[in-house]
Amino acid sequence: MIRVGFVIVALAVFVAIAGPFLSAYDPNAQELARRLEGPSLSHPLGLDELGRDILARILAGARVSLLVGLVVVTISSVTGMFFGSVAGYFGGRVDDVISRVVDVLMAFPGILLAIALVAVLGPSLRNVVLALSVIGWVGYARLVRGQALRAREFEFVQAARALGAGSPRIVLRHVLPTAFPSVVVQATLGMAGAIIAEAALSFLGLGVQPPTPSWGTMLDAGRSHLFDAPHLTIFPGVAIAILVLGFNFLGDGLRDRIDPKMSQ
Amino acid sequence: MLRYLLRRLLLTIPVLLGVATLVFALIHLVPGDPARSMLGEGATEEEIARLQEALGLNRPLPVQYAAFLAGVARGDLGRSFRYGTPVTQEIRDKLVRTIQLALAAMAVAILFAIPLGIVAAVFRGTAVDHAAMTLALVGISMPNFWLGPLLAILFAVRLAWLPVAGTGTLAHLVLPAVTLGAALSAILARMTRASLLEELRELYVLAARARGLSRTRAVLHHAFRNSLIPVVTIIGLQFGAVLTGTIITETIFAWPGVGRLLIQAINFRDYPLVQGCILFISVTYVLMNLLTDLTYGLLDPRIRYD
Repeated sequence: MIRVGFVIVALAVFVAIAGPFLSAYDPNAQELARRLEGPSLSHPLGLDELGRDILARILAGARVSLLVGLVVVTISSVTGMFFGSVAGYFGGRVDDVISRVVDVLMAFPGILLAIALVAVLGPSLRNVVLALSVIGWVGYARLVRGQALRAREFEFVQAARALGAGSPRIVLRHVLPTAFPSVVVQATLGMAGAIIAEAALSFLGLGVQPPTPSWGTMLDAGRSHLFDAPHLTIFPGVAIAILVLGFNFLGDGLRDRIDPKMSQ
Repeated sequence: MLRYLLRRLLLTIPVLLGVATLVFALIHLVPGDPARSMLGEGATEEEIARLQEALGLNRPLPVQYAAFLAGVARGDLGRSFRYGTPVTQEIRDKLVRTIQLALAAMAVAILFAIPLGIVAAVFRGTAVDHAAMTLALVGISMPNFWLGPLLAILFAVRLAWLPVAGTGTLAHLVLPAVTLGAALSAILARMTRASLLEELRELYVLAARARGLSRTRAVLHHAFRNSLIPVVTIIGLQFGAVLTGTIITETIFAWPGVGRLLIQAINFRDYPLVQGCILFISVTYVLMNLLTDLTYGLLDPRIRYD
């Protein structure tokens, strides 16, 4: 499974980078006379409601999806690791404050908070990234806090403290590395989550704005043409499902490697 | 048990307060002036001032916050900017539809997932198990905003078996319920399998088999019953996900519930209604999680002493 996941993700990254060279068409070029035309030899996935090549738009959309996923996961994991390790390692009042904030944010249904934030900040790619990062970091913080609580009792951490190492050094060099494998698994699965969330927000009209190609906006446009042009709905959805499946396969596989009990 | 109940209830209060604070803060995150944003470009200064007054935005922030909390405690969430009606009334009118949809989705998920999980666990490691779990993974990876339109294309457009959107008959509920229940179904199937596998390793199952019980009886009457505790917990915890899932599902199928109301409120920049819907959904979510915890504490006494 892990191999299948890896191949899918690697292919998606390749497509995102080489996208413009893989299609003969500009993703924003319109051929209004041929709008809603089904798949053909010249346009393998057909044309959309403005006569734009769907394949070219899906290739360009891969870039948006992966970029959002990568930025959100990076911001969330770094923020979450910082607060989680500080809370777990120092404990006491610092832990109380961070944990209460985490509790409140965890009590909020994630996508709802993202919808709320984008609703008030205004729909844009930047605000989507911001909203998804605001809800994303708490999962990492809770995970790393748990690991840090355990790690501070480890002998090598106590030995480092006895040798006079400062707290920042102990957290960075000794505590965080023990949490790293779990964070990598969470980040891989988090990519899938962020890609779905971005597409969902764009589908609701709250994410990436036209004409920038996004798989979610493409699906939204397809809703008005379920009867006359179902290909508008089918192909962008296939792209989302395959990429998300790829990250889920990869994440599940990595988790099994780290904790073999999970695969049983 | 009473002590556990009180402790859990007390722990919920700061979370609810945090949620209310966050919802209050939302309207103040609107870039520029919320009143100006709601009225649009053509509004006069006088109109803006009047709306600010009506929304209480011209008062000092702590006063606004106190008034908001007092309103929430009384069940007064202000008036909808678009409809002019109380926000609570708008939500109450749409609530039945959302509950209908959420319950139907959970029923679909349970009916599909539990047999699938049992079959996968009993035939562990075989092609049946792999097929069932791959199906579950596909279910998790398939976003509802794609599954919904796909089901509509197949069952409403091509086969014309079911209506494509709207309400009225039971048939209208089928596609939204399946769309909303699919992801939960996938999670439940995986959970049922894992939990049943744990139980099947227990000695009492071996003892039951040694006493001459058939495999089916040992699985269904003994192991399955015990494996249900974590599954019930997941069902409770996932209710929140189902509740938020209604936002997209209701939008796809024009189902007139609270989720669709929220999206319409966002499109009309009806901030009091947006705040009300978000507060309502998140408080329900917190209370459902509390209820799940309490049920879990009731089912498994070990939890109460943690």
